[in-house]
Amino acid sequence: MKKGYKLIYKRPQTLTKTRINYCPGCFHSTMHKLLMEVVEEMGIQEKTVGVCPVGCSVFAYNYMNVDMQEAAHGRAAAVATGIKRMLPDRYVFSYQGDGDLAAIGTAETLHACNRGENFTFVFINNGIYGMTGGQMAPTTLEGQKTTTSPYGRDPEKIGLPLKMAEIVSQFERVAYVERVSCNTPANTRKAKKALRNAFEYQGKKLGTTFIEVASNCPSGWKMTPEQSLKWLEERVFPYYPLKVFKKPDKKEV
Amino acid sequence: MPAKGYVEIDIERCKGCDLCVLSCPTDCLALNISDTNSYGLYYAYLKEEDDCIACMNCSVICPDAAITVYKKEDQPKQRS
Repeated sequence: MKKGYKLIYKRPQTLTKTRINYCPGCFHSTMHKLLMEVVEEMGIQEKTVGVCPVGCSVFAYNYMNVDMQEAAHGRAAAVATGIKRMLPDRYVFSYQGDGDLAAIGTAETLHACNRGENFTFVFINNGIYGMTGGQMAPTTLEGQKTTTSPYGRDPEKIGLPLKMAEIVSQFERVAYVERVSCNTPANTRKAKKALRNAFEYQGKKLGTTFIEVASNCPSGWKMTPEQSLKWLEERVFPYYPLKVFKKPDKKEV
Repeated sequence: MPAKGYVEIDIERCKGCDLCVLSCPTDCLALNISDTNSYGLYYAYLKEEDDCIACMNCSVICPDAAITVYKKEDQPKQRS
């Protein structure tokens, strides 16, 4: 450090020293960083348990220096339910992608939300199956080209993309639902604030908290990171608006 | 007067995704396309150190947490 300067930001200690092996510009790594910053700021590293999905983020336990549990494909919500019920004083989060939470694990997700299980969902919605090579997912946008929809998604045959945050916000026992993104520094700061709120509401036992991240997938979308940010603003945000869908009353907080 | 600062980029963690360069308000970061790190990837570097205002935009958006930010400490104001 140079003389006369002070440190104002450094890599959080709650991330391991392993090099993060996501594609350049992927929001998975940003969300890992934000989650671990929140854990570090709240001082809950010893009390946090994460549940990993199957998908790109299957190796999340290598990068986050908290207790982690790997779940079967789509069943992270069920595993997180079990952990939270046995260890109610821990902060539990499930970290899932759209293939995991919105395709194969829809039943587990919806029933966990309906029961109002007191843990946090972190849902990374990039609209594509990134790990397997860019196939169409339930959240792929109308007309978006993927390897299994080379002429674009046809809503006549396949239906429209699934809006998980809107669906989940209908349940009574869900306390907090917000959709965020990391495309600009301002949105990234809001995403971190949303994660912090979710963990604090979980600590107060208000019910399920659900953070959806409108993410990019530069490799799967066959774009540079810069082009993927433009696509997010032009195509993704009109269909998946960034806003708070549900939050607890001020009396409860 | 804007604050002054500088950043240090861990070039082995940097993947050259360009997000920090795009989000820098004073254009003091750039992508080094004449050299690569040991993984064969371009990396970002601080091009104009005098322009850095320690706004932390690059460190906030950096997916790989490769950027460390330092800010110049406030000097006591002198009356003229």
